[in-house]
Amino acid sequence: MSTAVVAASDRYQYALYLGDDCLILSHRLAELAAHAPEFEEDVALSNLALDLLGQARTLLAYAGLVEAAGRDEDDLAYGRDDREFRNLLLVEQPNWDFAHTIVRQLFFASYQLPLYQLLADSQDPTLAGVAAKGAKEASYHRDHARLWTLRLGDGTEESHSRMETAVGALWPFTGELFQADPITQRLVAAGIAADPAALELVWRDQIDQTFAEATLERPVELGVRQGGRSGLHSEHLGHILSEMQHLHRSHPLATW
Amino acid sequence: MNDRSSWPLWEVFLRSRRGLSHQHVGSLHAPDWEMAVQNARDLYTRRGEGVSIWVVESAAIHASDPDDRGPLFDPPADKVYRHPTFYKVPEDLKL
Repeated sequence: MSTAVVAASDRYQYALYLGDDCLILSHRLAELAAHAPEFEEDVALSNLALDLLGQARTLLAYAGLVEAAGRDEDDLAYGRDDREFRNLLLVEQPNWDFAHTIVRQLFFASYQLPLYQLLADSQDPTLAGVAAKGAKEASYHRDHARLWTLRLGDGTEESHSRMETAVGALWPFTGELFQADPITQRLVAAGIAADPAALELVWRDQIDQTFAEATLERPVELGVRQGGRSGLHSEHLGHILSEMQHLHRSHPLATW
Repeated sequence: MNDRSSWPLWEVFLRSRRGLSHQHVGSLHAPDWEMAVQNARDLYTRRGEGVSIWVVESAAIHASDPDDRGPLFDPPADKVYRHPTFYKVPEDLKL
């Protein structure tokens, strides 16, 4: 097996990309516990959040290991400021409406499933392990979002129009999913990362199919919103972090 | 969406890993059967409880009337010969 020499800092950044996506989306979904439209949906969304949190823990613990600066998953989750987070802008977008939550889930899970399927063959054994296990979870997440998209898109006039609004609002954030920054490119060449171009093909195909069934249309491309991978976030991330990190920062080293 | 009456009630049946038949485990609300299966998965099978899920719309279940309990269930109890009580269990049989 020939593995190109890969900088630890690249591995660290890539583990943060993956782990921060999971962590921030998990927090967004957890916000809906007891606020979903139905009790059954409360449980479903909380389950998705817990799946993602589990993935985030493993990925951030691994990032800390690779970084070799003595930081564990808690230090990385609770000790970094917004500019140090590497998550996609998509996952930090708020739950304005249930339609927004579902469309965000559809866009992200349709990306994460092929991502994990590719990463399951990664030359990095830890990433391959997380991905193999996470693919089953992502597959369920995508089905959950897909079923809701079909029902709301092809539902009542009201639900259709809310879905259209959500698709329009979130579409500009989808370009960032397939951004091939230099770190990702180097890791793709080394057989460690998933190739964004390959993911984009699968993703577009999936979304087109689901939209066709749900009587939704792809919006006109109006440019891509990006910046998450380099730490330039929307105003929403700071609010998430203040809530998520407040306790840990007020009481460092506190335990149950 | 807040009008719960628009979402029918579903009864959930699970077959456990080693179970031979589906057992009733509870009920939930869902707009249709696919969502009911999905909700059942989230509510009842997250700890490896089942390998197969059935959902049945509660309205499709017809139940016996509790007031008929006497006529329906009491008579068989009078007939002792219907119960296997006249057999001697062999001594070395372990139950």
